[in-house]
Amino acid sequence: MFDRRFVKYFDWGLLGFTFLLGFLGLATLYSAVTSATPTPQKILYFKQLIWYCAGMTGMVLSFLINYKSLDRWAPVIYAACILLLIYVLMIGKHVGGARRWLILGPVSIQPSELIKIAVIISLARYYSKHANTKGFTLRELFTPLVLTIIPFILIVKQPDLGTAILVVLIAGSMTVFVRIERRSLLCIITACTITVPLVWFLLKGYQKKRILTFLNPDRDPLGAGYHIIQSKIAIGSGMISGKGFLKGTQNALSFLPEQHTDFIFSVLAEEWGLVGSVVILILFLTLIIWGLNIAYRCREPFGTIMAVGVAAMIFWQVFINIGMAMGLMPIVGVTLPFISYGGSSIISIMICIGLLMSISMRRFLFE
Amino acid sequence: MKKISLRSNLSKYLKTADSDWYKQRVVRVMFCVAGAFLILFARLFYLQVIHGQELRRLSENNCIRLQTTDSSRGMIFDRNGIPLVDNRPAFDLSIILKDAKPVERTIEKLSKLSKQINVSESELMSKIGRSKDISSYKPILLKQDMGRDALAAVEVRKFDLPGIVVDVKPRRHYIYRQSAAHLIGYLSEINSDELKSGKYPGSKGGDFIGKFGVEKAFEPFLRGKRGGRQVEVNVIGQVVRVLKTVDAQPGQNIYLTIDHTVQKKAEVLLEGTAGAVVAMDPKTGNILALVSSPSFDQNTFVDGMSHKQWNSLISNPLRPMENKAIQGEYPPASTFKIITAIAGLEEGIIDKNTTFYCPGYYKYGNRVYRCWRRGGHGSVNIFKALAQSCDVFFYQVGQRLGVDRLAFYAKASGLGTPTGINLDNEAAGLIPTAAWKKRRTGIAWQKGETLSIAIGQGYNLTTPLQMLVLTSAMANGGTRYKPLILESVKTVSGDIVIQGKKQAVGKLPAGKTTLEIIKKGLWEVVNNPKGTGRIAHIKGIDVSGKTGTAQVVGRTNDSTQSETDRPKHHTPHAWFVAYAPSVDPQIAVAVLVEHGGHGSSAAGPIAREIIRAYLEKDEYGRQLKAESSKVGAESSKQF
Repeated sequence: MFDRRFVKYFDWGLLGFTFLLGFLGLATLYSAVTSATPTPQKILYFKQLIWYCAGMTGMVLSFLINYKSLDRWAPVIYAACILLLIYVLMIGKHVGGARRWLILGPVSIQPSELIKIAVIISLARYYSKHANTKGFTLRELFTPLVLTIIPFILIVKQPDLGTAILVVLIAGSMTVFVRIERRSLLCIITACTITVPLVWFLLKGYQKKRILTFLNPDRDPLGAGYHIIQSKIAIGSGMISGKGFLKGTQNALSFLPEQHTDFIFSVLAEEWGLVGSVVILILFLTLIIWGLNIAYRCREPFGTIMAVGVAAMIFWQVFINIGMAMGLMPIVGVTLPFISYGGSSIISIMICIGLLMSISMRRFLFE
Repeated sequence: MKKISLRSNLSKYLKTADSDWYKQRVVRVMFCVAGAFLILFARLFYLQVIHGQELRRLSENNCIRLQTTDSSRGMIFDRNGIPLVDNRPAFDLSIILKDAKPVERTIEKLSKLSKQINVSESELMSKIGRSKDISSYKPILLKQDMGRDALAAVEVRKFDLPGIVVDVKPRRHYIYRQSAAHLIGYLSEINSDELKSGKYPGSKGGDFIGKFGVEKAFEPFLRGKRGGRQVEVNVIGQVVRVLKTVDAQPGQNIYLTIDHTVQKKAEVLLEGTAGAVVAMDPKTGNILALVSSPSFDQNTFVDGMSHKQWNSLISNPLRPMENKAIQGEYPPASTFKIITAIAGLEEGIIDKNTTFYCPGYYKYGNRVYRCWRRGGHGSVNIFKALAQSCDVFFYQVGQRLGVDRLAFYAKASGLGTPTGINLDNEAAGLIPTAAWKKRRTGIAWQKGETLSIAIGQGYNLTTPLQMLVLTSAMANGGTRYKPLILESVKTVSGDIVIQGKKQAVGKLPAGKTTLEIIKKGLWEVVNNPKGTGRIAHIKGIDVSGKTGTAQVVGRTNDSTQSETDRPKHHTPHAWFVAYAPSVDPQIAVAVLVEHGGHGSSAAGPIAREIIRAYLEKDEYGRQLKAESSKVGAESSKQF
């Protein structure tokens, strides 16, 4: 059973990048959780270490599995994740007004992180079966639309707008990758341009206000706008060389909201400056290109589309999280892969890396 | 055939997405990703290099702060627009440790002003010491509401006192101390349960919220919305630049239905006693006055009261914190005879010609039930029975009716259930039935007990407000209105948000003739020379009413105990319900004086003076107008 080519084709480079990002992530998290006053939460750092170990196990499991068997298992995986989402809506743990967590003994997990992977696998299965160079017509896109809308609605209900948007962006990216037929694309675009103002018209005053604040935090200078300005100060004040590890003042004085999850990039940029930020950005860019290269070299559509999906997931999370911290985007709760604190986030990204490895090292099967 | 299939196969082959096609698409995706990252790089460069210096400066003494501005709470007025509650500015002295470098010097300088500020140095230090572990940009409150002298002293030395901030905060001010305290209620600091309840969106610890009365009932209107600003401060914590502002939205003003002059009059009349007065416009249900005596000073709740003050408030035997008008439950005594009369007339047990003989007592079973008048009233019809409050007449009627029929009429008249006034903790009172007693005590109803019920004694309990609603329904021809305390809610600019609307909740269970008969009887109470309520007679105003003297201990047969040496807490409660003018009534009043003695002597004069204050004020106003126009005419003549 064991093939020596597994070792020969094993993607050591990807493993290296994963370790590098994991290491930098832990260092940044250490700074974020220990220098914060008044209550350092050092425990979070050790928890994150445990999450990394769990994630590593997930990674190993997912690259040992032949990714092609996922083609067959996709409906089961998808259904299981949807059931978890429904379950969490019914009896999930309330944290800060949202039902996102499912308690499993001593740990709590977020099924919304897992559904991202399930959507990637399911869409890859569908698109690889029906792919053609002309692109997908509206009728053919009905199934992927349903596959995306169901988890979207369930996650919005939690409510976790960030993850919900992420699911749509990943699905959208994969769909654009396999190409939408020209006339259908035109239809979709016109339909959107018509319905958006229509929906806007139907919304109530306070709902409009909430969306406007969401799009433009400056409308809420005491809430979101304040967070954005503090985050920008943190990043900008890092200047070229940064203030040094554990020396970030914005971080230490708790001016940053959610400094260990959503705004962790601000901590990093403040302490490591342009140099550190650019290094992290380049690492992420390389990781994404690496993923896409795996898609490039894979010789059958299912693996290619799945790899693109994983790369899209990493890309959007990085782009939204960092863009938000720098004031380019509205504030949405999206974690920065490898760096933000969060068990489910770490485990899901490690599983995704395992998937990429699995695709990468099985490409020889077509040689 | 073969050609066609070949071509279709060929075109199918060409359309099939093959590996090269995917490669081409992947390359495009790579370019998109690279493009997106370019944006991130550019933004990073913009923030860290181009704006780096400026943002570094901002971060160094973290100059951007958030300050909240409290909204000013809505004011409360009476029906004529007289302000009853407003807000005054209070000056709070705080210190921001991070800005007060060095802290000791600042404190030393501040303590030199201790004479004006009235806080000793050690007190200052202990306040700071206690909060040392809190984030140092958080202001620490040193002295609340420090007064204008202290403000002047601090402001003059502002530059010697780095990190010292003075906040101006609106503070609730109850203009007329103790007036309408139970109706208006008071504010007090929000507690953690209330914070968690989610009923007070946007509030935080230390906020004051309405805890009682109108302040609580109309909290959402009064509160307004907190604002705030993003400011840049300098090294010693003074605001240099306001970056962004969100204006606070002031609360809305409440106009009550009460008439301040009537309210005040009633309070003066009740002074020194425990009791309640409620007055209502019988045509609308608008409450004109709501007094519970003794009262309390609401300002002490806002300014903070000592433990001792609080203890003396809650241990006072006269229960100042209780709103006796809606929470006090008393036997209605002879005022209940209105109900017995309605029931008797409606059930056909009596009509206006029915007479009973009153020898001063009524023998029932093996007991003797006495009339309040030892000598008896002789031959009594319904008018005389009401006017002179003959107990024996109503014993006869009640005995024929039975307790359950009496209870039916009492409940249909609104007794035994809360009236629905928009105030907390309204008591329901109690109207007993045979089944109720069986359930409650396990003992069957005794027929003799019905006699006590018929004259409003026994288990019967009512609140002054319930008796007022009954009286005003009598006055207006049978409609029971829900007591209203809200005239309107208006915005600061005077636009009406909500207008109080009269709301009929039911009808008295009495036909027109029944009402006419009882109204005539009530008129005679005050206007017949032998009426028990003649003390409430006012020259020029036609008053109708009913007295009541509620026994606190059972009426005994032994006459050894004279009325004078009876202990105070055995003295009966005095009732008087009245309305005026008898035709087209403008005001209904219910008065209760705890342990006041006879209804006629203790409660009657109070009702009279309130009616006079309300009705003659109009005439007084007209007089004023007439005089001023006369003066105007004369003065115009002179020129």
